[in-house]
Amino acid sequence: MKRVSMTVNGVRHEADVESRTLLVHFIREQLELTGTNVGCDTSSCGACTILMNGQSVKSCTVLAVQADGAAVTTVEGLASNGDWHPVQKAFHENHGLQCGFCTPGMMMAAVGYLDENPAPTEEEVRLALEGNLCRCTGYHNIVKAVLAAADDMGS
Amino acid sequence: MIPASFDYERASSLDEALSLLAQGGEDARPLAGGHSLLPLMRLRLARPSLLVDIGGLEELRGVRSDGDSVVIGALTTHHEVAGASELTGGSGLLATVAEGIGDPQVRHRGTLGGSVAHADPASDLPAALLALDAEVTLAGRDGERSVAAADFFVGPFMSAAADGEIVTGVRVPKREGWGSAYRKFQRRAQDWAIVGVAAVVNWTEDGIAGAVIGLTNMGGTPLRAPGVEAALAGASEKAQILAAASKVSELETPPADENASSEYRLHLAQVLIARAVAEAAGCPGMQRD
Ligand SMILES: Cc1cc2nc3c(=O)[nH]c(=O)nc-3n(C[C@H](O)[C@H](O)[C@H](O)COP(=O)(O)OP(=O)(O)OC[C@H]3O[C@@H](n4cnc5c(N)ncnc54)[C@H](O)[C@@H]3O)c2cc1C
Ligand code: FES
Ligand code: FES
Repeated sequence: MKRVSMTVNGVRHEADVESRTLLVHFIREQLELTGTNVGCDTSSCGACTILMNGQSVKSCTVLAVQADGAAVTTVEGLASNGDWHPVQKAFHENHGLQCGFCTPGMMMAAVGYLDENPAPTEEEVRLALEGNLCRCTGYHNIVKAVLAAADDMGS
Repeated sequence: MIPASFDYERASSLDEALSLLAQGGEDARPLAGGHSLLPLMRLRLARPSLLVDIGGLEELRGVRSDGDSVVIGALTTHHEVAGASELTGGSGLLATVAEGIGDPQVRHRGTLGGSVAHADPASDLPAALLALDAEVTLAGRDGERSVAAADFFVGPFMSAAADGEIVTGVRVPKREGWGSAYRKFQRRAQDWAIVGVAAVVNWTEDGIAGAVIGLTNMGGTPLRAPGVEAALAGASEKAQILAAASKVSELETPPADENASSEYRLHLAQVLIARAVAEAAGCPGMQRD
């Protein structure tokens, strides 16, 4: 077992993990933050996307031990004081989800990207979400939601 | 799936990483971004006994300009390479290629050194490094050495790096004034390149004064296309570029797999060479799309 310590959604956690524990399993099973999903076995779907030190990463392809010392944000960390994050609000208002399985990962990828590029074009948003698959929406409303969130955050 | 059990050590210096690898023996592996190794371990296609995490070695990270060359540390992520302003002239090819790897999440974790060390014939950076005459720098317990990209990739997933050696970075000539382009063909977004073509071209008033072609997934290692390069010299019109591209058929027959027959690979290479060269030349009259 290895001792890891990381800040998740602003709260410091210390725990013992096996070297082979994937970060996503640490988040879901040890920290019981089940908003982050697992949708594939091949690092392709993006349902497990979180922010690690501010950048979007697929937490199924990071070991918990690699995140030792890191600052992690999951979907549970987006809202503050009961107020939705602009990206959450925009997904809600623009019907950016149907079953909702891809949604946490989509939103984390979007939040990470908007931090880098606050005023993207539609084309840029589509490319930024390339690593996130959605089997329901056909993507249009997701892209609309991200553009709306960018507007909202910029104004 | 979860990988089989292994030991994990995080190295705090290059020296420490080298001694941990030496102690760990032949089943010990460096871990950089983990974006090739962890997927293989999850499928149990790789079962190292010890992972030496070199991800925190800041000394191996970053892009810097050094005279006519650019030096890139092994742990520089694809995202960082894509945004590096030091990559000017022909060396800008590396930024273009890095920008097209996987998706943003993959680019935030995957590293240049990991891509190079993994030596996957379908990965994009090796062909670009070959086309740019890059040198790969290595550190081992006996010191440092550098190997030309042309000698570094020796077979599918096989490189000139010895067990226990760590790729520390690459040195790439800038080739100021040259243009570059990378074209890859994939059936679905996100797939690996069925064929990829890197072109670095010196375009002058008289047409092409020099051209280098690097090919992805046309063999067990990245390949140059000497016949095409020779035929491109002096070309100034689309028809000449197309004729030069057809010389790719002089190469050894490319592999066939579930994605493409050998003939199809050759066809793709020919089409992509013409497009990449036209784009790299930056001559609007020659661009096809
Ligand atoms: C979903 C997905 C899509 C992808 N798409 C593409 C794509 O389109 N094109 C492409 O080219 N690649 C693609 N990749 C692969 C990606 O580029 C990897 O990041 C890269 O191949 C490996 O870099 P890494 O830092 O993650 O290496 P790791 O996975 O950490 O290591 C890979 C191998 O190299 C060894 N190693 C790592 N660093 C060093 C070093 N410095 N010295 C010696 N040995 C070392 C390791 O021991 C291991 O054997 C994709 C990956 C994923 C998960
Ligand atoms: S679970 Fe599909 S990419 Fe992580
Ligand atoms: S809303 Fe169902 S997968 Fe995206």
